Amino acid sequence: MTAGAPGVSPSDTAGRDLGRRLAARDLTAAAAVLNLVENRSRAAAEQTAALLEAVSVAALGHEAPAQIVGITGPPGVGKSSLLSRLVACWRASNRSVAVLAVDPSSRRSGGSLLGDRARIDREPGDRQVFIRSTAAGDKLGGLAPATRAAATALSVAFDIVVIETVGVGQSETEIADVADEVAVVVQPGSGDVLQFLKSGIMEIPDVLVVTKSDLGAIAHRALADLRAALRSLGADSVPVVAVSSVSPPTGIDELVDALDQRHRALDLPTHRLRGRRAAALAQFTVEHGERGLRGLGGRRAASHWLQTQPAGLDAPALVARLESRAQSSRGPDR
Amino acid sequence: MLPMPDPSSARLPERDRPWLIRTYAGHSDAQRSNELYRRNLAKGQTGLSVAFDLPTQTGYDPDDELAVGEVGKVGVSIAHVGDMRALLDGIPLDQMNTSMTINATAAWLLGLYIVAAEEQGVAESQLQGTTQNDILKEYLSRGTYSFPPGPSMRLIADTIVYTVTHVPRWNPINICSYHLQEAGATPVQEIAYAISNAIAVLDAVRERLGADALMGDVFGRISFFVNAGVRFIEEHAKLRAMSQLWDELGAERYGVTDARQRRFRYGVQVNSLGLTEAQPENNVYRIALEALAVTLGRNARARALQLPAWNEALGLPRPWDQQWSLRLQQILAFETDVLEYPDIFEGSHVMEGLVAELVQGARAEIARVAELGGAVEAVNYMKAALVQSHRERWSRIESGEQTIVGMNRFETTEPSPLTAGADGGILVVDPEVEARQRAAVERWRSARDADAVDAALRALAAAADDPEQNIMPATIAAARAGVTTGEWSQTLRSVFGSYRGPTGVGEASGTPSGDLVKVHDDVERISEALGRRIKFLVGKPGLDGHSNGAEQLAVRARDAGMDVVYEGIRLTPGEIAASAVQEGVHVVGLSILSGSHAQLIPAVLAALREAGAGEIPVVVGGIIPELDAQALLQAGVAAVYTPKDWDLNRTIADIVALVGDRYGVAAAAPA
Repeated sequence: MTAGAPGVSPSDTAGRDLGRRLAARDLTAAAAVLNLVENRSRAAAEQTAALLEAVSVAALGHEAPAQIVGITGPPGVGKSSLLSRLVACWRASNRSVAVLAVDPSSRRSGGSLLGDRARIDREPGDRQVFIRSTAAGDKLGGLAPATRAAATALSVAFDIVVIETVGVGQSETEIADVADEVAVVVQPGSGDVLQFLKSGIMEIPDVLVVTKSDLGAIAHRALADLRAALRSLGADSVPVVAVSSVSPPTGIDELVDALDQRHRALDLPTHRLRGRRAAALAQFTVEHGERGLRGLGGRRAASHWLQTQPAGLDAPALVARLESRAQSSRGPDR
Repeated sequence: MLPMPDPSSARLPERDRPWLIRTYAGHSDAQRSNELYRRNLAKGQTGLSVAFDLPTQTGYDPDDELAVGEVGKVGVSIAHVGDMRALLDGIPLDQMNTSMTINATAAWLLGLYIVAAEEQGVAESQLQGTTQNDILKEYLSRGTYSFPPGPSMRLIADTIVYTVTHVPRWNPINICSYHLQEAGATPVQEIAYAISNAIAVLDAVRERLGADALMGDVFGRISFFVNAGVRFIEEHAKLRAMSQLWDELGAERYGVTDARQRRFRYGVQVNSLGLTEAQPENNVYRIALEALAVTLGRNARARALQLPAWNEALGLPRPWDQQWSLRLQQILAFETDVLEYPDIFEGSHVMEGLVAELVQGARAEIARVAELGGAVEAVNYMKAALVQSHRERWSRIESGEQTIVGMNRFETTEPSPLTAGADGGILVVDPEVEARQRAAVERWRSARDADAVDAALRALAAAADDPEQNIMPATIAAARAGVTTGEWSQTLRSVFGSYRGPTGVGEASGTPSGDLVKVHDDVERISEALGRRIKFLVGKPGLDGHSNGAEQLAVRARDAGMDVVYEGIRLTPGEIAASAVQEGVHVVGLSILSGSHAQLIPAVLAALREAGAGEIPVVVGGIIPELDAQALLQAGVAAVYTPKDWDLNRTIADIVALVGDRYGVAAAAPA
């Protein structure tokens, strides 16, 4: 069987080899990368760390070139149809696209049904498009544990990496740590998003997308309401884009432009560095809990300390440093 | 005290005329199907029921990539007016009543029929028959849709408006509850979703007409195509309930004053869902009892009946199998006394109570669909409800709560002489048919006037793009010009866009119980050893839209704890292989019911090998004859499941064991 095949434990050099292929923009490595980062065995975790190190800013000497886009919204708003159109639009300008779709898992059985809602149309045989659906696993309302690692790794090889999640109000923060831009997708007539925005439950996204603009009056109304809410929050600059995915599609080019504009305006190194540090702290907390944090002098102290670390380090490397610091500071005087 | 019965009211003065006696038939090419029709008519069949193959139903020419393996399989291949001409050769269309099971491409096939009749010298105003033309049930159950909901509803409205004025004896649509029951609908769901569907269609027509003047005529031409299961008393009550609701709907919502126009008219194919592969001869009894449901009571009797053959769970029926079912209808119509009495259930408290119960339940469900914005908007809701009902039905069968004789009870059997023949008791379509049809359509294209075809397609695109125009005149002109089925559909697809229906599986969910608990443990254990949860791709290659089996397997595998990738129907082997690789699945399950497994399964295996994923084990499920199963195993398929393997938990357990075995982690099992 080939390395990275679905059921094989990773070889000792798997992480480095895959990192090298990604750095050479070998898109066919994508499936094996996902098989590796999703694997929870100890050996796989080591190789994942090696992979991320191989594609880190420190190793590459620059930020990964891809634009990492987060797309999130409640179920049934038409995210898959929208993604089909977006992928087609990106492909039309010859940009390669990786889509990481995160689906909820059943809390009863632990199993999941994937691909149903994430069904994204693509040209058969187009090797520049990679689509992977992943179950959120034990993590509710958020990203699959492996998604961050996958997005980081694939951003080295692809032009666009999309992280698609379900939900409003819970997962944006986490996506914002990974993605360069987050688009929240809503459909006309859903008041929740308006409420979440106003009350601050939900962070203000980079772009707001209103689907089903073919519905006419009700869609115009939704646009007006969202713009008013953003104004009242002092966020007039956030673009609100109306799209329709039914034939003939409308608003897709505008959405791509809006995302591109935000991306150009972004201080990418600073944004990604903040994201890596936030993710490292979150990952450390998942593994070591509040108790582990106390060993670092609390969340704020840990966060401050992370800012003293070299900017080029990847998230697993930062977690390792946090762990060794927690270990060494566990002295009698503390 | 009961009133004294009046003996003079017990019998009809004159025996009723029987219903239209049909057989759903057609295979291979137009010539062979024409011969079959003529033989059937000579045997006393009184109407035609045309089965089209999947490429014709979904709008692809025989030489299209998606048509591979499907040409002439589940019905006849009709690619242009020449095929339609040959199909109807020697059959007088001014006298024949022809039902066509055609939906996404109904407008096109109706156009071909009108032109073929014209060539026989029969005016369209004389034609009698039915186009099934019901798209919502295709989204919900049968899967031969082609265009998105909006344009599809417009095509339906166009054919209705056209036929009401030009082909007045034609039934432009058969609202199908049949396939809802096949997808698992309870009687209440079957009634409610069919009526909701009819409301969506009638509303669309009313909007298109812009006036109520013709609504009575329109309402009077809407007919239904229903199912009848083996619980034939309740099934009869269901039809009375539908009659009552239909009459009310006409009077109240559409202001139809002529009671004759509000009469509930329906045709039937009795239940296929309940036919078993085990002891298949028993299906003959089931079919006979089901036929009683739609013939016993005069007030809710079928206008047309077609009966399945005893061996439909084994494969395609042979002419002799179909004759056997035809004779059953004839015995019922001409030997028994069912046609000699007024309605025999009138005044029965039991029947009236059953009807009231169903009407009440259906009203509540109709209201729910209306709240969601009507049947078009509620497709996802209805689909999920059907998948859930089917799931519950299957659980009852597995637990033994619901008896299926010969399958989950009384399984001991003598060897059946019916399946002992060299053909295994089924029809095998000549594999040369596909190659011949490919060549034939190429010849057709090169022999016609290319300029006329281009002009006709341009006019068709313009008509599709202009919502003020009716699609039928441009469609009929295209038929005359020699346009092909694939060209007509592709032209509309380019204007309307294509569409992918909901799978309904995401919403159905359950907790592992019974045998599944043990399987669930195995899934957890093997997943842990693999480092990742077992990931299972359930795929439906080809054009076959019968997704019930695939959906139930997907839901059950999820309930067993697997990560299941199910992307719906109509995937090419290349797409399935790409998904398997990109999704990193441990095992692939393919479901095919259309008989195209012999071509498509090896194609998927080859595509997997080509994608460097030849090591991923592939299992196959469907209506697969024993000989074919052997061939598939030899080609590298890991396991083949047929309707005999009705215990889904056992199938899932088998697949889990296969994964453990293939990836060398079975040893991790506790002693």
